[in-house]
Amino acid sequence: MRTLGTCDEIGALYDLLVIGAGPAGMSAATRASKSGATVLLADENPGLGGQIYRGITSTPVQNRDLLGESYWKGAGIAEAFTASSSDYIARCTVWSVERAGKEGQDSFIANLTSKGRTVTVEAKQVILATGALERPFAVPGWTLPGVMTAGAAQIAMKSSGLVPAGPTVVAGSGPLLYLVATQLKAAGANIVAILETGALRDIARGLRHLPEFLTSPYFGYGLRLLMKAQRDFSIMRGVSDLRIEGEDRASAVRFSIKGRERSIKCDTVLLHHGVIPNINMANALGCAQHWSQEQQAWLPTVDENFQSTIPGLAIAGDGSAIAGADSAAVKGAIAAVAALDRLGMRSGDTNVEDARLRRDLARYSRGRAFLDYIYSPSRDYVVPRHDDTIVCRCEEVTAGQIRQTIRELDVRGPNQLKAYLRCGMGPCQGRLCGPTVTAVMADARGESPETIGHYRNRIPVKPITVGELAQSPQSESAIKAVVRG
Amino acid sequence: MDQDFCVIGGGLVGAAVAFGLVRAGKRVTVLDEGDIAFRASRANFALIWVQSKGLALPPYAVWTQTSARRWKELSDVLLRETEIDVGLNQNGGFTLCLSDAEVLKRTSKLEKFFASPGGFVFPYEVLDQAEVRRRLPDVGDSVVGAIYSPLDGHANALKLLRAFHLYIVRNGGRYLPAAAVEKIVPKNGGGFSVFSQRGEVQAQNIVLAAGLGNKALGQFVDLNCPVRPSKGQIIVTEKTEPFLDNAMVTIRQTDEGGVMIGDSQEEKGFDTQVVDPRILSVMAERAVGMFPRLAGLNVVRTWSALRVMSPDTFPIYDESSSAPGAFSTMCHSGVTLAAAHALELAPALAGDGKLPQLLSAFSAERFNVPKN
Amino acid sequence: MYRRIDEKLLQSHQTPVLSYTFDGRAMTGMLGETVAASLLRNGVVATRTTPVSGAPRAPYCMMGVCFECLVVIDGIGNRQGCLTPLEDGMTIESQRGKRRLVEAVRK
Repeated sequence: MRTLGTCDEIGALYDLLVIGAGPAGMSAATRASKSGATVLLADENPGLGGQIYRGITSTPVQNRDLLGESYWKGAGIAEAFTASSSDYIARCTVWSVERAGKEGQDSFIANLTSKGRTVTVEAKQVILATGALERPFAVPGWTLPGVMTAGAAQIAMKSSGLVPAGPTVVAGSGPLLYLVATQLKAAGANIVAILETGALRDIARGLRHLPEFLTSPYFGYGLRLLMKAQRDFSIMRGVSDLRIEGEDRASAVRFSIKGRERSIKCDTVLLHHGVIPNINMANALGCAQHWSQEQQAWLPTVDENFQSTIPGLAIAGDGSAIAGADSAAVKGAIAAVAALDRLGMRSGDTNVEDARLRRDLARYSRGRAFLDYIYSPSRDYVVPRHDDTIVCRCEEVTAGQIRQTIRELDVRGPNQLKAYLRCGMGPCQGRLCGPTVTAVMADARGESPETIGHYRNRIPVKPITVGELAQSPQSESAIKAVVRG
Repeated sequence: MDQDFCVIGGGLVGAAVAFGLVRAGKRVTVLDEGDIAFRASRANFALIWVQSKGLALPPYAVWTQTSARRWKELSDVLLRETEIDVGLNQNGGFTLCLSDAEVLKRTSKLEKFFASPGGFVFPYEVLDQAEVRRRLPDVGDSVVGAIYSPLDGHANALKLLRAFHLYIVRNGGRYLPAAAVEKIVPKNGGGFSVFSQRGEVQAQNIVLAAGLGNKALGQFVDLNCPVRPSKGQIIVTEKTEPFLDNAMVTIRQTDEGGVMIGDSQEEKGFDTQVVDPRILSVMAERAVGMFPRLAGLNVVRTWSALRVMSPDTFPIYDESSSAPGAFSTMCHSGVTLAAAHALELAPALAGDGKLPQLLSAFSAERFNVPKN
Repeated sequence: MYRRIDEKLLQSHQTPVLSYTFDGRAMTGMLGETVAASLLRNGVVATRTTPVSGAPRAPYCMMGVCFECLVVIDGIGNRQGCLTPLEDGMTIESQRGKRRLVEAVRK
């Protein structure tokens, strides 16, 4: 691996551009470079690992019992990538990717910005491995200092060796809740309660997928985790009407359980009810996407090689559908192999490798349907019930304002709503409000999320400065389009 | 006929006209498209611009200035009626020039206009570099001069649109989205049946305000609407402390704090999703040349939309001669002309049922294209 | 609101200590920490106030998607603290409201 310090060190042309340094991205880059492809892996974070393996090459948490073996699996992936011939640039934002080739010829032009400099890179193939983010958990008070996602606490631990200092409540649904609580407790955090907000409906669906889960790689691990959590924590189930209270910071959670109101004092509240693909880049680049009822999320539409609807551009890992780190690594490899095939760079007996990859993918897919089921967020938290709940954190638009506008103006979709209320116009570019807006609209209108739709994203896919934008290439026709008369 | 007017198109033009009609006590239904539609209004740069307007068509200068003069009135009515402050600022606007040649070209155009018969005078000043710097301390070295007009300004286009829509629905008008119009049938003896995705509307009069959609719709009522899409892109930055009160023709700071940077023009057909980074780069570079401090601001989003462009760039207003009561309205200055549409055009339609006399200069007949 | 895990538990290697200021207060951090993590460890509660209502906010996602961890670093505002590695001698300030403009050009 050749670590590039600045954009100016980036080459002009690569066979493959990989965006994102999590398990999918690293695996894709490693595999492609193994067959001689020139590869650039660009990532906006300071180090390798994405989120699941955050800090894998630098974590101060060297005691392997704290983060557990599933985390340390990432070390092998990072080592393999580091040993590869890929170029790697950190703290680099890829903010646009366009198809440039003629019909039938894969060629892309990407704009990258890092530390104030912008360069353009040409790549024959592109793999987006931009991963997932936590499903927004909009409850009253969720914007108070002291409230974070469970994943954020995990990141603070992995990258900087930190734990919440005071009494901490963990709330939400899904296995990650238990994992995070367990890791934090082992590291010395004071987890005063785990509040389960899930309400598993459609038991038939759960039962249908249960047998496969029982024979999946997730079962044993999950079971041990759950049993340990039962012993170690005060767990409250069926928590409804969760609210976070405090003046300028979180100081307590209040909720209903079994018909009674309760409150728990705390300094830190960690929220989690599942992760969803981060679709902004795929959307802005023009990839088609569809609504998944099972994952309660928008997923980019990909084929069995994770090719998107833009030929030569693949989307691997949790960015295409949530399936976990092990699956992400395999998906990255599959996407890389497909890219190599499109480049005509794979030789030897490809059947053996293809079969192995598909077997691995199948192994890590087993049990995911059941996990999707138990990860299902409770509807009451996907659609905020309290009108004063902030939905768009950036522009501070509340659920009540959204519902009132929908009522008065018969708003049909999130884009018109954005024009009326500004939700989605902030720097997060709709990442933290989009899912809630779609859910609120679907609920208010009695329509499916698929019908409601989603924000239309455009480049730059992450904010860059006007000056950085001005450094990107221009053209005769572009100048003519602007400097007129 | 249960409706007096059916306004087809709920953008800034249709909404302004419908607002005025509802205010005049008429029964009005507005038919609008769904969430994904061309919607030029969503990407309006929101200038209220007088300078340089109508140099080749004096009635346009008159119409524009009429609107600019009545904009405060419109803003006050909307604030009173909907409690929405549409962010009106009419403290003057600048066209910044990056070369002496540019200053010369613009100035001679203006002088020629004023010298011509029918040239409608508006106040303006030609500023040299020193004067520009005095009035706009943040301006960059590459700005060598500017044309300033005290009548120019800007507003918040999205708040304006929302205010119009809310006024309409709260005062007895109907606003129906996801109701794209498929067919219009003039009835014998007057009136029209308008067939949309949400059913039929029967109205004594119709106003085609569907922007680019007017081209096809006009054919039902013998109205020539020769408009084509002119693609434009806009850059919007994060919110920053107020530093720019006046609008520049391609840069303005909104009432929310973000800075909008325009503008581009391309013949690119009907695509609005794809934003061309090369054009963004040129716009960004020029903006930094005009105000160097913009270089450090983060770009949070970009827009791209299709201007409703007539062959000579001026608005089109018409009434069908074979189907009287069918009107067409098209322009690409929906904010500048909002007051004229709301407070002049709409009352004229509501009153004697005719377009204001001044607008006869804007008939599509000026293109001498045979009607279909 | 955050603290470093007990060193004996961490079994970490020695990490160089860095010095910086936050809103004029002297603070220390560790090499490898992000700005956001270090501020949290130093007991900072709110790292910004919003440009819309002035409400206090603090890091939420720690992975660069929420834009809550915005702080002023060496005069440049609205920098994502969770994506910025801490450096010795940094001058960090809370991001109060809208972005100020009289600033150095970003390196």
